[in-house]
Amino acid sequence: MRGVARYAGLTPFALYVLIFLAIPTTLAVTTGFFAEDGSFTWNNITGLFTPTILSTFASSFWVSAVTAIIGAIVGALVCYALLGTRPDGALRTIVDSLASVLAQFGGVMLAFAFIATIGLQGLATLFIKNQLGIDIYSESFWLYQVPGLLLPYIYFQVPLMVITFMPALQGLKSQWAEANATLGGTKFTYWTRIAAPVLAPSFFGSLLLLFANAFSSYATAAALISQGAQIVPLQIRAALVSETVLGRENMAGALALGMIVVMVIVMWGYSVLQSRTSRWQR
Amino acid sequence: MFTKRHLAGLAVFTAAAISLSACASTPAAPTDVDAKTATNAEAFGGIDALVAAAQAEGQLNVIALPDNWANYGEIKALFEEKYDIVVNSADPDISSAEEITAADNLKGQDTAPDVFDLGTAVTLDSLDYFAPYQVTNWEEIPEGNKEATGLYVNDYTGSMSIGYDSNSVPEPTSLDDLLKPEYKGAVALNGDPTQAGAAFAAIGLATVQSGGTLDDFTPGVEFFEKLNDAGNFIPVNATGATIAAGETKVVFDWSYNNLAAAATVDGWKVVTLPGTVYTSYYNQAINIDAPHPAAARLWQEFLYSPEAQNLFIKGGAYPVTLEAMNAAGTTDEEAIAAIGNLDGETVTSTDEQAANGATLLAEKWAAAIG
Repeated sequence: MRGVARYAGLTPFALYVLIFLAIPTTLAVTTGFFAEDGSFTWNNITGLFTPTILSTFASSFWVSAVTAIIGAIVGALVCYALLGTRPDGALRTIVDSLASVLAQFGGVMLAFAFIATIGLQGLATLFIKNQLGIDIYSESFWLYQVPGLLLPYIYFQVPLMVITFMPALQGLKSQWAEANATLGGTKFTYWTRIAAPVLAPSFFGSLLLLFANAFSSYATAAALISQGAQIVPLQIRAALVSETVLGRENMAGALALGMIVVMVIVMWGYSVLQSRTSRWQR
Repeated sequence: MFTKRHLAGLAVFTAAAISLSACASTPAAPTDVDAKTATNAEAFGGIDALVAAAQAEGQLNVIALPDNWANYGEIKALFEEKYDIVVNSADPDISSAEEITAADNLKGQDTAPDVFDLGTAVTLDSLDYFAPYQVTNWEEIPEGNKEATGLYVNDYTGSMSIGYDSNSVPEPTSLDDLLKPEYKGAVALNGDPTQAGAAFAAIGLATVQSGGTLDDFTPGVEFFEKLNDAGNFIPVNATGATIAAGETKVVFDWSYNNLAAAATVDGWKVVTLPGTVYTSYYNQAINIDAPHPAAARLWQEFLYSPEAQNLFIKGGAYPVTLEAMNAAGTTDEEAIAAIGNLDGETVTSTDEQAANGATLLAEKWAAAIG
């Protein structure tokens, strides 16, 4: 009886997850196994392994990986710099709240902010062209292609890293540094022998979270890229709304399944690393 | 497929029989008519009865009809004014495929679309969604532009044209002109050809203008690949906003869209390249589950009347009854003079050509402009 009562409090949350996450996901993914006329088919799943779709998975993968790595390194450096400030000081508070806001500043707003600033007719683009004589688009129109996703993505990846990694850095106990010094260790040995091993699971966990964050982003890319559908979420859009290539609605389900497989692997890695980290944060 | 067609035929026949018998038994009481199955105005007891039935419903739900697309803004306004029926215009910027999705999702609700305006590929793929209806001037619509029972009917076409900013680029007189350095970073499409009909048609035009045929879109794709290699193609989705902002200086789009831009943007001009002209009709159809079935049918009567057909011309589109109107002398001569008659050889993709072109683009497009 007590066992049941312990879980009763979870019911609203469990129901919420079931209705708004589990059921829609299952419904969406199962469409991938059916043809347009409702008969069972493997065609959509095997369709995932055509060169076009594989290359979109590859682009999604490298965009996510690059922005996650850059975001994680830059974010970690920001956290390290913040360690030197007073925990309740104004600077720390401002950076903290800025990071919380900017980590959520994605999507269409962010895309248009970039278009207005460094788009083809953007403010900064024209300024650089007219004042410095440099055309940032002389080689290619990179902002509107896959490489153009890097800047906006890093824009929300760095603050997300700050939010997720800062608690781990704050968890470093000053006694450890003192113990290191007492035993004759240098600053270098402290960072390589103590801090790095302690922080590693947390760092890589955050890295995976950043990867997942970029991998599943849709709106920013949808507003920037209008030709080609080079990443998976854009392929899903194309499969659903195209008025020229028809009958691919169920392919969207298969693509979603592909994304879920990648995400499950990443999140599994994240939770493994998280459980290792939490040992040090008690 | 065969059985499906048979069933559809049977359904149409039954529907016609029911409405006819309803008509025969109670000719004087149009309110008894089941508007959902009426296949012509006679089923209501004449056009006045149809108007009365539509006004009793009081509303019409249209979908994917932007105000600046083929003059739909004025057309919707005139319908409201003339019949005192509120036009609810939902999701003006969605694609044809999304119109059908909306009909599915909203089925049974009073916000579901009553009528569709669809590209040909989606139309042919969605016959189960349509209710057959023949407008009073059915005979004025050329044979090749309508489904025999009135499941769907062509309404208007544009010709694929090139709009350009005459203040910053010279007038293109041939397709190859666009490869010149004057057009660096200037040329854009209205959408992705693997998703949007207008962009697909641009590839079709590039194909026929490069000496190819619509059986094989390869020359068109190759042209855009060259355009991209020259640094002249920009992967920006052309809209009224990008044209006004000067972001897209040369745009392949339907003549009615480019003419709409010309009306608002200073210096925006429209050319149709000499030689083969690419056209593609849009189609009208009534949602079989229309929440306002009588208003949906009145909308059809209205759209094919010379009044609305002339408004299409004013918006730069060529309406389907143009020939009959020319013969009857009802064409708005001033408006047609402004957009020019369709000269030269016109081509339109057949279903098979469109399907093959789409398959080719799905494979090649991303790589061609990557």
